[in-house]
Amino acid sequence: MKKLFIGAIMTIGTFISTIGLSLADELLVPHMTYRVGPYAANGTMVANGFTDYFLMLNERDGGIGGVKVNPEECETGYKAQVGVECYESYRGKNALVHTPNSTGITLQILQKAPEDGVPILTMGYGLSAAAKGETFPWAFNYPASYWSQMTSILSYIDSQSGLKGKKIGFLYLDVGYGREPIPVLEELGPKMGFETLYVPVAGKEMQNQSSHWLTIRKEKPDWVIMWGWGAMNPTAIKEAAKTRFPLDRFIGNWWSGAHVDTEALGSKAKGYLASSYTTTGTSFPAIQDMIKYVVEPGKSKTKIDMPGKVLYNRAMFNAVLIAEAIMEAQKMTGKKMVTGADVRLGLENVKLDAARLKELGLEGFTAPLIGGCADHENGGSIFVQQWDGSDWIRQTDLIPPMTDVVQPLLTAAAAKYVSDKSGWQTQTCK
Amino acid sequence: MEILYAIFIAPFVEMGAYPDLFIQALWDGFVAGTLYGLIALGFVLIFKASGVFNFSQPILVVLAALSLVSFYQMGVPAWISVILVLIMFYALAWLVERLILRQLVNQDGNILFMSTIGLTFIIIGAAQWIFGGVPSAMIVDELGFPNGSLEWPMFGGGVYFEMIDVSAAVIAVIMIVILAVFFSKTKIGRGLRAVADDHQAALSVGISLNQIWVIVWFVAGIVALVTGIFWGARSDVSFALQIIGFKALPVLIIGGFTSIQGAIIGGLIIGLGEKIFEIYWGPLLGSGVEGWFAYVIALVFLLYRPQGLFGDKLIERV
Repeated sequence: MKKLFIGAIMTIGTFISTIGLSLADELLVPHMTYRVGPYAANGTMVANGFTDYFLMLNERDGGIGGVKVNPEECETGYKAQVGVECYESYRGKNALVHTPNSTGITLQILQKAPEDGVPILTMGYGLSAAAKGETFPWAFNYPASYWSQMTSILSYIDSQSGLKGKKIGFLYLDVGYGREPIPVLEELGPKMGFETLYVPVAGKEMQNQSSHWLTIRKEKPDWVIMWGWGAMNPTAIKEAAKTRFPLDRFIGNWWSGAHVDTEALGSKAKGYLASSYTTTGTSFPAIQDMIKYVVEPGKSKTKIDMPGKVLYNRAMFNAVLIAEAIMEAQKMTGKKMVTGADVRLGLENVKLDAARLKELGLEGFTAPLIGGCADHENGGSIFVQQWDGSDWIRQTDLIPPMTDVVQPLLTAAAAKYVSDKSGWQTQTCK
Repeated sequence: MEILYAIFIAPFVEMGAYPDLFIQALWDGFVAGTLYGLIALGFVLIFKASGVFNFSQPILVVLAALSLVSFYQMGVPAWISVILVLIMFYALAWLVERLILRQLVNQDGNILFMSTIGLTFIIIGAAQWIFGGVPSAMIVDELGFPNGSLEWPMFGGGVYFEMIDVSAAVIAVIMIVILAVFFSKTKIGRGLRAVADDHQAALSVGISLNQIWVIVWFVAGIVALVTGIFWGARSDVSFALQIIGFKALPVLIIGGFTSIQGAIIGGLIIGLGEKIFEIYWGPLLGSGVEGWFAYVIALVFLLYRPQGLFGDKLIERV
């Protein structure tokens, strides 16, 4: 009996240690998702694109550097407090990087990153000032901050109709995300000679925008820029058409121009513009591999028609950047099992130039992205795409941001952010 | 002085200067008001029958809209899809009565309220699992609702009437009239009021509690379907529809939780009030007043007339 007992204990011990080893031998990449709730339509696409890329790497290459990746999802419902709970649940688990997928959540966890030694990558969202790598060593918003994006959009409008003497409507979701670019408009309005009409849309009113568009009709702006998300986007496009606002003078940011926003509207959204930094379509070898190794064999939650769409492809690129940072970290440290601190270095040294993008099967997919210590946004450029009634069609070359305007604003905002935070960890870049 | 002018004079000058915009605002407010009333109606029906605030009503709207579109996408003709959704809601009403309400007869109202919260999460999970998260367009054309819009030129501008909004307003009014007559003139309607007053007393005079509950949840399902069709047509069919469902709360506070006509009057007060206030007074307050306007009005009612305009005054002996 005693032998049996010892045998049982040893078996259980071996089992537990095997599981422990197998868990320890994974690269843990937590991913805060929202497959449920009012923003689920967008969140599902983002979650699938992100996860599928890592699953493809596991299937095709055996992971990164021979170690499998665990892209573990934590459901937030796009709620900041739940996002914080997700973040806390990964403490002590050697998470390599956090991707909150929400500016609201980002603002809540930004201060925790230096304490925990895990970087936060907010690709195309988050706090714009986090672009200043010397002030925010642990936060990254590659490939461009909201502020840079806003200046690129204004450049586009300027190139189309001129900005001087114009009235620009700014229709935004009235949360941290939507309010983020307001300082740029306040700064550039007087300088470039345009007036801004601010039209906030409360989250609970996003499907009920008739009065917002009546205000726009009353004030007659020449252009409307939208910082929307979820059901706010299709509703706004419908209301714009209803109030006879020309859709080719209505431009969304990169979160307001996805297939989920326009497909259900079809030809009713024809002419609507949006910015983007990633290309649509499935012709890229990397995406073909995701379909081949993951989607078609049914190893993910992705339906076969999802790859190639705006949000799926963009989330895939988010995963590409993380994978490259992990690979870079492995190279720099000589370790296969890297830590969050190593991946932070990897993010600063990532080199996604044209040659590397081609090697990855993403030639022409996006602008080259070269990481840096001081510049955590890479000063990325955007292009403008237009809905033709059935798909998004690229309209412009890359439009660079107004660096001379954005950089001083970012520097001032970064200094202001840390001014009341004693002991804030900074870094000096050569 | 400037501020007084901006509050008391300028908005009315603007209304006179651009009458087309003012009429457009009134029309949009009227349509929004009737649709708010429709959402509120779903809550009122169940509150009348069981004295419980049905937290799951907004997700029933989502479920109805998603089911309708999904049946259609599976190749079922549009009106047959409507019938299938109605059958599904009858089955749901029966299940709710069997599995939840029957077990909670004579329990405190808070317990029933909590059970509807639980039901909400069950429906969210199940609907997410079955339908996924991808939004769809509401099949209004396929259901035969008129498309396009009418333009009424006036004073150098114009007023636009979307045909789907006209349909929504007409159908909402018809539904409200039918339901008002049903609940005041029919035996079932009177039985329902008796059930709302006291479960045990209703049972003692031979009213079938179970039957009443199935009927009322089914009727609330019909209201949810109509609401889902028209709100889905204004935006898209997705889980975001549940947010608009909670707009009914201030409507109920204003109209009263037990009154069908209160739902529509409350809806119109909110719909018209928030549009006019947002457009003419909103800019003074930095815009975005629509998000809180309804709740401020509701707060005033809670302070001075907590039972709402048409609600039953609650008198409790101590």
